[in-house]
Amino acid sequence: MRKIFFDHISTTPVDERVLEAMLPYFREYYGNPSSHIHEQGQYALRAVDGAREKVAGLIGATPDEVIFTSGATESNNLAIKGVASAYAHRGKHIVVSEIEHFSVLNALMPLMNRGFEVTYVRVDETGLVDPDEVRRAIRDDTILVSVMHANAEIGTIEPVEEIGKLTRERGVLFHCDAAATGGKIPIDVNRMNVDLLTLSAHNMYGPKGVGALYVRDGVRVDPLLDGGFQEKGLRAGTENVPGIVGFGKAAEIAIDEMDADAERLRHLGKALWDGLARRVEHIHFTGHPEKRLPGHVSFWVEFAEGESLLIFLNLNGVMAASGSACSSNLKAKDEEELVASHVLKAIGVPSDICTGSITFSLGKWNTREEVDYVIDIMPGIVKRLWDISPAYADYIRQQSGGQKS
Amino acid sequence: MSIGPYSQKVMEHFMNPRNVGEIEDASGVGEVGNPACGDMMRLYIKVEDGIITDAKFRTFGCGAAIASSSMLTEMIKGKTVEEALKITNEAVAEALDGLPPAKIHCSVMAEEAVKKAIEDYLQKQKEKTGE
Repeated sequence: MRKIFFDHISTTPVDERVLEAMLPYFREYYGNPSSHIHEQGQYALRAVDGAREKVAGLIGATPDEVIFTSGATESNNLAIKGVASAYAHRGKHIVVSEIEHFSVLNALMPLMNRGFEVTYVRVDETGLVDPDEVRRAIRDDTILVSVMHANAEIGTIEPVEEIGKLTRERGVLFHCDAAATGGKIPIDVNRMNVDLLTLSAHNMYGPKGVGALYVRDGVRVDPLLDGGFQEKGLRAGTENVPGIVGFGKAAEIAIDEMDADAERLRHLGKALWDGLARRVEHIHFTGHPEKRLPGHVSFWVEFAEGESLLIFLNLNGVMAASGSACSSNLKAKDEEELVASHVLKAIGVPSDICTGSITFSLGKWNTREEVDYVIDIMPGIVKRLWDISPAYADYIRQQSGGQKS
Repeated sequence: MSIGPYSQKVMEHFMNPRNVGEIEDASGVGEVGNPACGDMMRLYIKVEDGIITDAKFRTFGCGAAIASSSMLTEMIKGKTVEEALKITNEAVAEALDGLPPAKIHCSVMAEEAVKKAIEDYLQKQKEKTGE
């Protein structure tokens, strides 16, 4: 059976060129960058610095503003907790959007236990943050605003430039979680006026276990880990040299290929969107119709539950994601953890429907033929679930003028 | 085949659910929902001489919800009303070779549906004899 990976928002395959670049740093060049008196350490140090230049180049930063981490979760934690700790004397108020990733929302919890206050800015029904809402939320004691570049679940791209402009005017630091957009759409930390920005390598055809936090020159961040003085003292621990080299290569490739890839993905995404809209009845797309990630199509279908859709898609070889509580938390220890997606709740999707959302996220190696295949199988899958849905039976009866049994 | 945390039995019932549909002159109907995750099950039973002779269902929900509904209809057919009332959610889950911990509520939904359908049947019986 053919296999189609439409879940690039969860992770991406490692580019062959990235893997090739990494391999020597397991075998030939195994040095520790901190031990650079000898040649092995020199190789490693040069490799890490080279990668730093490339990642900086991807976002318009200078190399010494890039701190390598273990991934987006660590970067978000470092940004939120690190700034809170370093600027607590100035104020204890933080503003975030209500659709941030858990690694932002949950990083705020221990801060709130320590007396910090958080204002959650609402989003509209397309998932957009209103910069005026951010402006109104900022107080004299606000030290940080954190709004993501794009939301993974619904694909909406936020107006970060406008938000950056107003945080700059108010003298408040601005952190942006760009895990979903890094290497996918252009990022310029100066045009966006961000002070801190989170990147993830495995979402841009790089390896898992490596990410970065951009920290604008002059911005203070307290480290999460106590230890050595790697990464300007902001991230103790021996660098993940092969991972960082892979991240650098992925950044280099993205700089060259991002625009063409994005253009192609935009076309494929539009074809998928239009095809589903044409072929699947009772479909509701989520997120913003235009301001969205290239190749990202998210929706829910009335009377068809998300996890059941996902299982049938998987049985047909198609791998996708669902905002469904039931599917995203299959490993949950108990039912208490089964909560509907906070993102779908935030955009006003009723909680019983929150379980029905599907996210197709395409990547650089997906084809038009794969898009057509998915469009072809969706109506049949949806029909199978409708056939056993009590609400659909009622709906059909209502349509034909009958009564609910 | 088993998928992720689901047993082969769950997948088999999910892909080929037994007794999907409605019974026009049902003796009892039970409808239960789980607003937390949006699941909903509607169970129809036909009772003749105290024995459940037919059962049909429609369910909106995840793989475990659909499989639990299907398995339940298999289990109650041919049983007396008293026997059916004794079916527990554990028995449904066991018959499916187990459910993931987070999905136990799906088997609970099945147990509640049969209790409600029988309640409805007994109520209707009472109304009949009252006439």
